[in-house]
Formats: sequence, C-alpha cells, structure tokens
Amino acid sequence: MSVIALPTQVQRSIADPVNRVLRKLPAWPLYILGALPPAWLYWAALNDRLGVDPVKEMEHQMGLWGLWLIIATLTVTPLRTVTGISLLKFRRALGLLTFFYITLHMLVWMYYDVQFLSQVWADIVKRPYITIGMAGLLLMVPLALTSNTWSIRKLGRRWRQLHKLVYAVAILGALHFVILVKGFQLEPILYMAAILVLLALRFPILAKKRR
Amino acid sequence: LGLGSMGGSPAEAAPQGLKPNSFEDITNYNNYYEFGTGKEDPARYADALTLAPWSVTIDGMVDKPGTYGLEDILKGKQIEERIYRLRCVEAWSMVIPWNGFELASLLKEVGVQSGAKYVAFETALRPDEMRGVSRRVLDWPYREGLRLDEAMHPLTLLATGVYGRDLLGQNGAPLRLVVPWKYGFKSIKSIVRITVQKEQPFTSWKDANHREYGFYSNVNPEVSHPRWSQATERVIGGGLRSRRETDMFNGYGEEVAHLYKGLDLKANY
Repeated sequence: MSVIALPTQVQRSIADPVNRVLRKLPAWPLYILGALPPAWLYWAALNDRLGVDPVKEMEHQMGLWGLWLIIATLTVTPLRTVTGISLLKFRRALGLLTFFYITLHMLVWMYYDVQFLSQVWADIVKRPYITIGMAGLLLMVPLALTSNTWSIRKLGRRWRQLHKLVYAVAILGALHFVILVKGFQLEPILYMAAILVLLALRFPILAKKRR
Repeated sequence: LGLGSMGGSPAEAAPQGLKPNSFEDITNYNNYYEFGTGKEDPARYADALTLAPWSVTIDGMVDKPGTYGLEDILKGKQIEERIYRLRCVEAWSMVIPWNGFELASLLKEVGVQSGAKYVAFETALRPDEMRGVSRRVLDWPYREGLRLDEAMHPLTLLATGVYGRDLLGQNGAPLRLVVPWKYGFKSIKSIVRITVQKEQPFTSWKDANHREYGFYSNVNPEVSHPRWSQATERVIGGGLRSRRETDMFNGYGEEVAHLYKGLDLKANY
C-alpha cells in the first residue's frame, strides 16, 4: 500500500466489484469507439456543420482529444494505486488512440491548415510550439510501434523503460498548448497541471509501498 | 443594399472586387476577449453589453474635450459603406462590408491641437456585462493607439454597422475602429475614450507580449509573427482548403505606404 492509497478495506469494497465488471469487458470496442469522433468530425466538416472555421475546429478537436486520451492513459496507474481499480487492460488502446488522434491533428494541420509543404517544414523548424508538438508526436512513434504483446515479451525490461517516454510526450503536448495561445489563458495551464499531478503521483515518495 | 461604391472615395482605390463574407460568418467568428477567448464566445455572450445610452470621452490635446453621447458624435456624419478585408494577426482573413464614417471627420470636429502626435483608444470595461474580464488575459481595459497621421487617413473608419445593420456586440457595437491595413486587433471595439496625445499610447497586446505584437502591427507578409508565418492567410468562408498570399499592408499599400517612408518595418513591426 502506498501513502496516497485508500485503506485496504475501503479499496476492497470499492474496487473489487468494479474490477469484477471490468474483467468481463473486452478492450477491442475502444478502437471502434475511438474511430467515431474523427469520422464524425470529418463528415461534419464536409457538410458545413463545424461553424465558421471548420479547419480550426477539426484541428483543435483532434488536439484536445489527444490531450484527454493521454491524460486518461496516465490516470490508469495512479487510479490503481489510490483506489485499487484497474484499467490496465484498456491502457494500450488509450495510448494507441492518443497516437492516432495526434497523428490526425498533425495531418489536419498540414493538409488543411498550412497546406504548403515548404511552409510546413519552415514552421516545424522555426516555431517553437510546432517544434515541441512535432517532437511529442515523434516520441510517440516508438511507443505505438511497440504497443503489442510480442514487443513486450521481446523487449522485457527495456519495454518499461522505453514506455516511460510517455511522460515526456505528455509534458510536450501540454507545453505545445500552453505556448500556442495568445495572452494569459487558463485552459492550457489546467491541462499542464493535470499532467504534472498525474506524473507527481508516480514519484517514489508518494507511490512507494508502506511496508 | 444598393449603397455601392462611393465615387471618388479612397476605398475605391483599395482592393477591388472583394466578395464579403456572409453576415453569419462575420457575426459568429470573433476575437473579443472581454467575452471569452473562444471564437464563438463573443456571439454567445456579447448581447449582455448595454449599448444605449453610450458615450465617448474625447480628451487630451483637443480644442473641445468632453463626454459626448453617441447621437452627438453621429450627428451630421455621412455613413458610408466600405468593403474592407480584415486580416487577423492569427493569419486568417474575412471581407467585411462596414458602415461608418472617417475618424478624421470626428477628430477635425473636436479640433486636434498642434504638437499632438498620437491617438489613444479605450474599450468599455464592464465586469458585470463582460464575463471574460474576470480572467486577466490582458491588462483591461483594452487599449489601442494610432499615430495621428494614421488616425487622420481617409481609410481609417469608425464603424457603426455591418451589411447596413447596426453593429452587434460581438463586432464591437456601438462604435469601433477599422484600420484595414493593420492586423485586426488594432481595430479596437466598443470605444468609450479617445485621447489625443504627444506620447505613443499604451497598447494592450504590446503590453502583453512586446516581442509578438508591436505598436504598428501593419499587415506584412515578410515579417513573421514569432510563432507563425504571416506570408499567407486562411480565407474564412472559403471552404476547407482556402489560403491566399497575404498582401503587403493587406492590399492597401497604394494608399498607406507613404506613411512609413524611411521607417524600418522589420524593427517597427
């Protein structure tokens, strides 16, 4: 039991029934559900349902979804530490969906927003928030490629180390949001704060076993 | 509307054949941070702003300072239609058929004193009606400024309407500035104060981030915003993949380039 965890008795009474239900649920429907929002968004854009600026709407929606998903991914471990509820079997889907959404976010930006390839490259090199966003996406590539049972077996210990990269990805993603807005705005700072809290909950001093 | 183009007006020399955005676009895609930072926030919340009675304090180096009711300001003004492209610093643009009168005519009426060099403007600050000002996104009230020659330029408009209708709150009702060769944020909304002065005025965005937003903020495709290029702009209402190359001075160079002769536009962005 860790310092931040609820007492064992409380954990049992909450987590056990929840985990019993979760154990029966398969993870694969998440991939299908995850494909729906982008499909809907694209349909809405083509049919003039996204307001005055459909391109920004698609771009922002995909970016925000990516942040929500990475926050969900990072919540799995502390949720288990604190409450005993285990969403571990859904974590791979959450991580892969994060990658999928952020890839779409980048494609919308490239194809619909910037449009000119020369300017895409110039932006990546010259605009810090884009450099940072792109770095975050690139760091996700090895994680996505190794998000399968075969890689976990093959890489063993190194798999866990490699996948700690997700912490950097999350910080880069939130930073990308913080520095792209104009003026002092609260929303991106809340995302950054959420991510930092989720990472802090992993510090040994908080997460270590009591005995 | 049938107002057509104004014979001999300087707007005629400006970009021709601009096709205005729909009223829908113009009134639903706004930056007016006093009502929230989202593009739809102003349309949603700006109707909370009490528009009448409205008065504007005109002070500083003028012969006839005072607080004028909007009706007095509009008295005797020729309201004309001007179809201008609005280029936002965020690299998008729209075309807007404004109704308004030249700022110069108001300034002449109150009498600008010699030695004056700048005009400062201030937006209303009403925490009870503007839900966005509870957050300090900017140092409220919103303030902007022009050099006197920019303010006196015949392209510089005080707008009171769009498409022949009264301005809506989200567009800066009841009285806003329109300076078509500068980035949109220079065109301050819902004006309550106009001050003629010697010193370069405080401007809100420059105060928030002077590296990114200069006093001049002339539309200039060659000077990038530190975080994005200004070479091209997305055309709002032009479909999913519409982008155009940004024109120097937003296409109004013929009329305004002479104002900046000898000024390094890279240093004075």
